[in-house]
Amino acid sequence: MNLETIVQALQLRVKSGRDRLGGEVRGGYVGDLLSDVMANSREGDLWITRQIHQNIVAVASLKDLAGIILVLGAEPAADTLEKAIRENIPLFMADLPAFEMAGRIYQMICPRKA
Amino acid sequence: MGAVSACEKWLYENSFPVDGGNFDDAGRVSGRIKTILKEMGIENDVVRMAAVITYESEINIVSYARHGMIRLHVLPEYVEIEVVDEGPGISDIRLAMQQGWSTATDKIREMGFGAGMGLNNIRNFSDIFHISSDVGSGTRLKMIIHIQQEQNR
Ligand SMILES: Nc1ncnc2c1ncn2[C@@H]1O[C@H](COP(=O)(O)OP(=O)(O)OP(=O)(O)O)[C@@H](O)[C@H]1O
Ligand SMILES: [Mg+2]
Repeated sequence: MNLETIVQALQLRVKSGRDRLGGEVRGGYVGDLLSDVMANSREGDLWITRQIHQNIVAVASLKDLAGIILVLGAEPAADTLEKAIRENIPLFMADLPAFEMAGRIYQMICPRKA
Repeated sequence: MGAVSACEKWLYENSFPVDGGNFDDAGRVSGRIKTILKEMGIENDVVRMAAVITYESEINIVSYARHGMIRLHVLPEYVEIEVVDEGPGISDIRLAMQQGWSTATDKIREMGFGAGMGLNNIRNFSDIFHISSDVGSGTRLKMIIHIQQEQNR
């Protein structure tokens, strides 16, 4: 599924990487521990997290993730946003908690399984 | 940028320094290594394995050591990554390799590290993994990722 479709449907606030919204979302991963995400996320995943430190940008970039959604209204740290813009990594803000965000996205991506 | 030596069979050989304690820059060396491998046309799976290995190694140097070096060797058959640091070393490697075991400080944990998974990730994303350490001197890792030859597929 197209990233933009998810952004529209869930009203994600786009903080960076606007020109990558045409990209494909293949799945998702939820986690705040970077080594966990490093090991278990997959290329094209949308990453749902509350972790706001700039290291999230490096992880998303190294793992070729589709983007990062900061949930529960978490604001990216200033250097996180700077880095996301510089590296053109889609970074979003949302008010929903991680559980609901994951559920909604799962339903959109895998409607037959949900 | 890349050192391609004529007499050896290296396709690429280079060393990248990593400073202990510098979290602002953490991930820069692994990002560069990923770019180099991608630009060489190395297959995606190998690039992804190398990205995880170098990132976790880089973060461990930044988190625990004073200074370190990540060496990347690319040969036709495999990618070799060597990580050598000057630091406190690891007194009990078996314990350090245990998933969930970590001495990360609160400051490190706040940044999302300290799950005690990094060394396991390095081992799991390598085909060959070797670790040794001298307490009070430093730690040394050596990893090999095999490159699938076209004709073997
Ligand atoms: N280069 C090193 N020098 C000294 N100690 C190290 C080094 N690398 C790892 N250690 C020790 O081994 C422990 C386990 O390392 P590992 O990378 O598996 O997990 P972590 O760094 O604690 O957390 P994570 O990697 O999941 O963020 C560390 O907490 C630290 O005590
Ligand atoms: Mg670690």
